Amino acid sequence: MFKTLLDDFTKGLWRESPTFKQVLGMCPTLAVTSSALGGLSMGLATTFVLVCSSLVVSAVRRVVPSQVRIAVYVVIIAAFVTLADYFLRAKFYEISRQLGPYVPLIVVNCIIFGRAEAFASRNGIVRSVVDALGMGTGFIAALVVLGSLRELLGSGTTFGVRVYGKHGFAPWGTMLLPAGAFVTLGCLVALANVVDARLKRRGEAGRHA
Amino acid sequence: MLELILVFIGAAVVNNFVLSYFLGICPFIGVSNRLESAIGMGMATTFVMTLTAAITWPVYTYLVAPYAPFTQYVAFILVIAALVQLVEMFIRKVSPALYRALGIYLPLITTNCAVLGLALLMVLREYNYPQALAFGFGAGVGFSAALLLMAGIRERLALADVPAPFRGAAITLVTAGLLALAFTGFSGMIK
Repeated sequence: MFKTLLDDFTKGLWRESPTFKQVLGMCPTLAVTSSALGGLSMGLATTFVLVCSSLVVSAVRRVVPSQVRIAVYVVIIAAFVTLADYFLRAKFYEISRQLGPYVPLIVVNCIIFGRAEAFASRNGIVRSVVDALGMGTGFIAALVVLGSLRELLGSGTTFGVRVYGKHGFAPWGTMLLPAGAFVTLGCLVALANVVDARLKRRGEAGRHA
Repeated sequence: MLELILVFIGAAVVNNFVLSYFLGICPFIGVSNRLESAIGMGMATTFVMTLTAAITWPVYTYLVAPYAPFTQYVAFILVIAALVQLVEMFIRKVSPALYRALGIYLPLITTNCAVLGLALLMVLREYNYPQALAFGFGAGVGFSAALLLMAGIRERLALADVPAPFRGAAITLVTAGLLALAFTGFSGMIK
């Protein structure tokens, strides 16, 4: 039991990482990662919606007829997104303004749909929540890595703290532009492929030895 | 009139939905393998986006905003889902050939964030009705243009010798980056 749960959690971190392996939820990934803080807050908001909607979808999975399930998922997800958006606007106004329309756009984030359809609608509440937590953590990690890289190269800061001195550092402005987002993410996906291939080779070598 | 043209060009080229707002990346990466399917997807999305602007504007202005502002997101996504369903039924009735050509892509438009993004941005910028229509149509045209460009590039890229780790999603993202860089050239054309 514990082993299944652990597996449900860890698969979202690397093996089925939503960003690097499934390449899902690209719109927010690219749009809000011009700073590490933007990436972190987006990741947290998405994880909140993902966990809550997985819980509810899993709880009502036997009651909802399969013909209308997509519509039901949409309403559940939209309700939690509204909650998250109102909370951000009330407590963290600056962040909410920075994220702009991308908070409501969590409604159509394919990661959340994907987990609702592929996992929560077929498994119990506990497993669904653990799975959602794992996927959410993987998503947060990816956003923070991407955001930190772009922020460091584009404005020389990390989470708003200056890393390089004012002199001798020329900000790489392109990193903050859309082009920088696409290229950085492309390179990170390629890097993940390299690491994965190496891990696989090592695994096979280990089995032969 | 000039103002409407500016809204249209702004949405189609200067602030291209895909390449500068990152909206609709999933179909942009998923359906840009072949030029033929990209054309179908572009046409269907443009159609749905224009209709979305035409319907969500009155729904928001006369129903949601005065009576229940907290239902905004639920209302938008339901309108879009219903609209896509209607368009699907309508096309099936009127032109079975077009329906077969678009087939699988039609229902996918519901979860295209460009469509919901359009409705949200339209409200955020407080456009009036003609502006909203121009915005919806412009955004659709911009989405189609980006999709077609990408499909054209990827058809040639299929013949290129790409390093192994970059094959698949990675090279597509880097290509999109170069395309976005090219579109940066339009920035500043409209304030």
